[in-house]
Amino acid sequence: MSPTPSKKSADADAAAAAATATQARSSATGLGGGGGGAGMRLIVPLQGVVQGRGGLVLGTLIPCALFYFLQFYLRRNRSPPPTSPQPPAANGPDLPGIVRSSSRNFLSARGSSGHAAVSSRAASIARSGDSPYFVGTKKCSEDPYHPVDNPDGVIQLGLAENRLSLDLIGDWLARNVTNTLLDERQGGLSISGLATYQPFDGLVELKMAVAEFMGQVMQGSVSFDPSQIIMTAGATPAIEILSFCLADAGNAFLVPSPYYPGYDRNIRWRAGIELIPVPCRSTDNFGLSIPALERAYNQAKMRGVKVRAVLFSNPSNPVGNLLHRETLRDLLDFVTEKGIHVIADEVFAGSTHGTEDFVSMAEVLNTDEFDRSRVHIVYGLSKDLSVPGFRIGLIYSFNEHVIAAASKLARFSSVSVPTQHLLISMLNDTKFITQYIKTNRERLRVMYALLVNGLKQLGVESVKSSGGFYCWTDMSKFMKSYSEKGELELWKEMLNVAKIHLTPGTACHCIEPGWFRLCFTTLTEKDVPVVLERIKRVVDNH
Amino acid sequence: MAKKGVPLSEMATSDTHGEDSPYFVGWKVYDENPYDAASNPSGVIQMGLAENQVSFDLLEDYLEQHPQEFGWGCGVSSFRENALFQDYHGLKTFTRAVALFMEQIRGGRTQFDPQHIVLTAGATAANELLTFILADPGDGLLIPTPYYPGFDRDLRWRTGVNIIPVHCNSSNGFQITLRALEDACAGAESMKVRVKGLLLTNPSNPLGTAITRPVLEEILDFVAHKGIHLISDEIYSGSVFSSDEFVSMTEIVESGGHQERERVHIVYSLSKDLGLPGYRVGTIYSYNNEVVTTARRMSSFTLVSSQTQKMLASLLSDKEFTENYLRTNRERLKKRYEFVVEGLSNAGIRCLQGNAGLFCWMNLGELLEEPTVEGELSLWNSMLHEAKLNVSPGSSCHCLEAGWFRVCFANMSQQTLEVALMRMKDFTEKMKAKQMISSL
Repeated sequence: MSPTPSKKSADADAAAAAATATQARSSATGLGGGGGGAGMRLIVPLQGVVQGRGGLVLGTLIPCALFYFLQFYLRRNRSPPPTSPQPPAANGPDLPGIVRSSSRNFLSARGSSGHAAVSSRAASIARSGDSPYFVGTKKCSEDPYHPVDNPDGVIQLGLAENRLSLDLIGDWLARNVTNTLLDERQGGLSISGLATYQPFDGLVELKMAVAEFMGQVMQGSVSFDPSQIIMTAGATPAIEILSFCLADAGNAFLVPSPYYPGYDRNIRWRAGIELIPVPCRSTDNFGLSIPALERAYNQAKMRGVKVRAVLFSNPSNPVGNLLHRETLRDLLDFVTEKGIHVIADEVFAGSTHGTEDFVSMAEVLNTDEFDRSRVHIVYGLSKDLSVPGFRIGLIYSFNEHVIAAASKLARFSSVSVPTQHLLISMLNDTKFITQYIKTNRERLRVMYALLVNGLKQLGVESVKSSGGFYCWTDMSKFMKSYSEKGELELWKEMLNVAKIHLTPGTACHCIEPGWFRLCFTTLTEKDVPVVLERIKRVVDNH
Repeated sequence: MAKKGVPLSEMATSDTHGEDSPYFVGWKVYDENPYDAASNPSGVIQMGLAENQVSFDLLEDYLEQHPQEFGWGCGVSSFRENALFQDYHGLKTFTRAVALFMEQIRGGRTQFDPQHIVLTAGATAANELLTFILADPGDGLLIPTPYYPGFDRDLRWRTGVNIIPVHCNSSNGFQITLRALEDACAGAESMKVRVKGLLLTNPSNPLGTAITRPVLEEILDFVAHKGIHLISDEIYSGSVFSSDEFVSMTEIVESGGHQERERVHIVYSLSKDLGLPGYRVGTIYSYNNEVVTTARRMSSFTLVSSQTQKMLASLLSDKEFTENYLRTNRERLKKRYEFVVEGLSNAGIRCLQGNAGLFCWMNLGELLEEPTVEGELSLWNSMLHEAKLNVSPGSSCHCLEAGWFRVCFANMSQQTLEVALMRMKDFTEKMKAKQMISSL
């Protein structure tokens, strides 16, 4: 194993981040500054980081924008607010009787561009700038690898799409789609069913079908109640809606890190909730640590920040580990003791490929006497069923008030009805679904093993992952310096020399430099040797 | 274990969702006892929901004749890319089709650049998105009254933005005046609320009227002078009874010169004109690059299903179909409108002269016990429980004059409409008789 930083320095980093974050936070208007100085560097956005919940361009611009958003935001909060807002461009002669100074106060003149300025919420994000990481995804799209047409192109391993089992879904659709669309007997797909408004939180039939699917996918030890489901246009709005329901702007969530880079956008941007990373250590195989949560909670408390929930992904993105039943119980104890919520992001639950069993938060609740009203699960079909374009996500909550509020908020992010009907048909084809889950898992297992073993031969170790689309690899020994800078340089080398685009750990808020996330689900078996050969180019240089 | 529930956010526990307003209460009463000609002829007739069902046969026919268009056409491989496609730029074929459709509605008088189109899951999301982008919490949006009751929720709930009503009245057919705009701004100033934009609905909901060119020009001048944004919600633009009576804000912008473009943003959707509310297809069209870029990113929270985009791309690009659809839809809506107005007239009820939309704006002022909100709600309540008709009271739309009601006519069959009009007649006769008796 590569050298790990001493626990002391890791904690010191975290403390430094927290301390600098306090300064930024004190004058923040609730948009969750990520901390200045050293802390800032931990939150370096990179293109392609918004994996699995966005396309290339999405993954590029948002993280870069966030980078500038944070910089801009912190700078703004350090200096006194501008007293004279930028004057609007000449809009015509002064009308008599209008007092110039008073009308100025009520003009939307703050912001970047002259007379049609946007809100400060929007202005900071809009400037995407020339972040160095923009370069990466741009390179992928300009020079994409293709085994035949462009064998020297850039291989994109930063985007979490599961292509391994698309053929199965495609076949099903080819056999069934015309029927499902036109046949009234199969559940009212005639136009009149589609010409009316339907409940924004999803058709009952879909909730029932999805509840069944979840039960199946989470290995059958718990059943899900359709009435606790709120359907949303993807898991992205599900997380945001939950955030709006559980916390006020300026509050915080504790998030074990490394974590999915998309949370930064999904939770901070409009809901204004701060994310406090709670570092997990490679020595613990990046497992969740209750003492670390406890420390982070107390630190937040000391700087006057109200923590409202713990958010974690299971299977974990980016690491791919599964939480044990005991850990889940300990987590429930922790949130109960603190009087806060817990959000379990289980979008990869059906994409397990290891030997361990997946245990859903719902399952733990089933067997134990916990106050359920604090537990909320996020799920969706983008990962497990390979249909991210269809926008099917959901909130599964044990809290009736959250369900009530979320069902109303779903109006802003509702699943398209024809797509709902399509999925109802597909999910109700239990024979197909059972076969699909099984085959998909097998293919994930094979591809994962191929890549991980190949990497091992090159001296690149990965954390043992049991689920998800990623290998979480330790490339620290190939860095010139054991630092974020070293990681960034290695990342660049991977991009320019190996022509592979990976997600660096800092994008996931990993405090140990040198970890990289590789997505293996866009690869075919033939691509693996190519990937390994490319990585070897960089490995051999060190 | 603690018995006390874990606290939720203020937002979750507030009632800004507005679903306790009569507008929504009426729907609930309808849901519990919905009219059905055969199985429940004494049930409540829903006249409070602006859905367009008059032309769905045209869509059905299209679907039957072009089944492949609604699938994935050429097979499995095109499906694969479609299922993975979650790019917030939207499917090129689809955004182009939407642009074309919007041009057609405006008789080709303006061009729409697909690159300025941002897709959202419905106009509800589009309006909320623009509000997030153009205003900060505590800021204000000017909205002419009467307005769609859903705005109170859609534009304020999560955004924290205030609505500043711009009051219009019947003295000039509820047209927006400069005076009303100035008054509203002054009111905002005195409350120390920064006005960031003006949101128009054109054609208007609930009035059912298209805003005239001179008024639109005046409005654009006003927002330019104030240095604020203008959102023109044109979701009923394809439902103007005669196409040359609709003037889009895009026409004013394009004839007016470059300065003002950057502040104008159009909202559109397929829910009303095309009668496909379940599909969740909305769009923002902005001349402002910064707004387009930001809106696009924010649309990650409200993307349109790639399957739906694919499904509709061919339908919307089929010029022959869309021309025929738009023309036929307009004619049928016009007919319905005239039928309703006549029916109401027979009941002694006057309506505002309308030329668009799925509803009409009727005046029951004479039937009020007192010309107040209470009087209006009392009458509304009687209509709901006695006549079993759910209409929308003007007070839910923030109309300052009591006695106005919005009546939807496109969300039901002709037969049901006839039943509704008969009930209306009976009801008004009963109310008038009551009035006569009580005045004796």
